[in-house]
Amino acid sequence: MGFLRVESVTRTFPGVADGPPTQALDRTDLSVEDNDFISILGPSGCGKSTLLRIVAGLDVPSSGRVMLDGEPVSRPGPDRGMVFQSYTLFPWLTVRQNILFGPRATDAAVDALIARVGLRGFENHFPKMLSGGMQQRTALARALANDPKILLLDEPFGALDHQTRSLMQELLLGIWEADRKTVLFVTHDVDEAIFMANRVAVMSVRPGRIKAETRIDLPHPRHYTVKTSPEFSRYKAELTEQIRAEAVKAAQMESV
Amino acid sequence: MLEPLKPVSRGAKIVLGAAFFVLFFAAWALATFGGLIDGMFLKDPLYTLRIGWDLFAEFDFIQDVGVTIWRVIGGFILAAIVAVPLGIAMGAFKPVEAFFEPFVSFARYLPASAFIPLLILWAGVGETQKLLVIFIGSVFQIILMVAVIVGSTRRDLIEAAYTLGADSAGIVRRVMLPGAAPQIAECLRLVLGWAWTYVIVAELVGSSSGIGHMIMDSQRLLDTGQMIFGIFCIGVIGLVSDLAFKWANQRLYPWAF
Repeated sequence: MGFLRVESVTRTFPGVADGPPTQALDRTDLSVEDNDFISILGPSGCGKSTLLRIVAGLDVPSSGRVMLDGEPVSRPGPDRGMVFQSYTLFPWLTVRQNILFGPRATDAAVDALIARVGLRGFENHFPKMLSGGMQQRTALARALANDPKILLLDEPFGALDHQTRSLMQELLLGIWEADRKTVLFVTHDVDEAIFMANRVAVMSVRPGRIKAETRIDLPHPRHYTVKTSPEFSRYKAELTEQIRAEAVKAAQMESV
Repeated sequence: MLEPLKPVSRGAKIVLGAAFFVLFFAAWALATFGGLIDGMFLKDPLYTLRIGWDLFAEFDFIQDVGVTIWRVIGGFILAAIVAVPLGIAMGAFKPVEAFFEPFVSFARYLPASAFIPLLILWAGVGETQKLLVIFIGSVFQIILMVAVIVGSTRRDLIEAAYTLGADSAGIVRRVMLPGAAPQIAECLRLVLGWAWTYVIVAELVGSSSGIGHMIMDSQRLLDTGQMIFGIFCIGVIGLVSDLAFKWANQRLYPWAF
């Protein structure tokens, strides 16, 4: 019994211009405990974003269902906070107003969150005045402001440069270590998946399904230097091997 | 020296913009004072300016200008009141768009000036008819432009709002409207320019006041100076309203500029 349960979820997209339909997900099962941090790792096109969108309620499964805290998911809601890969701050709202957008965001909570993600002094800036990293920190604060049951992250640092990305990972991990909010984190970056998560689920390519799950037994709080430890390297070697097989399959499918 | 999209400094921009006006008047002066064009067809700039002064000082031209401005703004506001909400509804909700879009697309090509004889028959030659010409000329354009603007709201922003608990009404009110507002204002600025064309056409036919009426009167007196001055006035008013609109937009929507 998990807090979040993805039960035999299938998603088939109709074919484009009379082409054959695309099966993005095939009877995918996933169970996430409360307060857990799970990374979903897979090559591009494996359906990992589709899975996250279904959990968010932005897409509906062709069959199967998603249960969160005992309730079936049918539509998007503020109990599942989401951060997207693209910059989705509302350009006409300031940082503060963006974080206040959700129904459960209170002034006091917003002040605390602004301090926590290091945006003090930028409360009244419009998004276009912020760097990519600052925009994603605001987006994270905006999702957290509703105190969601689960945080869904769809490659949120994918568009950032390497250094900013590392800092964002530490920030998010620090927040998780303090709050133990349940997190589902989608990425194609092996290092990122291991560093952040307690468990890494590797997805296979078309049709996508969870191929293997690996428990990451690195102690918390995790310091960034853990990335150079021998244990980390062992996990990396193992997961790289798993994901490589999928990437090779994906490349072969594309070349057909 | 000319590089594509290379920005120009503020000072150079003003100088370049003013330079063309200077050049324009110089060419006009050369053509008329130099005797290249018969004074009956084109009066010189100084005469035009003097006759313009006379128009204001002796013939109460300011009243005509006021009447014309009132008609443009009146007809334009009526059109906007109908068109903006309808355009928003069409942009946001696809069934509404499917219902109205074909007819509006057809109606958009009906020339407002062709309605003038019909409108005179229906509404006489009073103010109602003038307002209706501008209304017909503007309303369909605004509807379609607003529908396109609202319909092109970024999908990821809508999805983000959904995950933050917004419902359909909230998406329209809190995402589509504020996101589209600057572009809607730009569209209104554009259509206001067209409304000026319609008002003059309406005033050329069956009118006893307004800038168009004055131009028509001047034609009977063969006074090209007055005619040109009238046309000039429209240009100046248009330029001023355009600048005012732009200024207001930048104040209202600082995030978009």
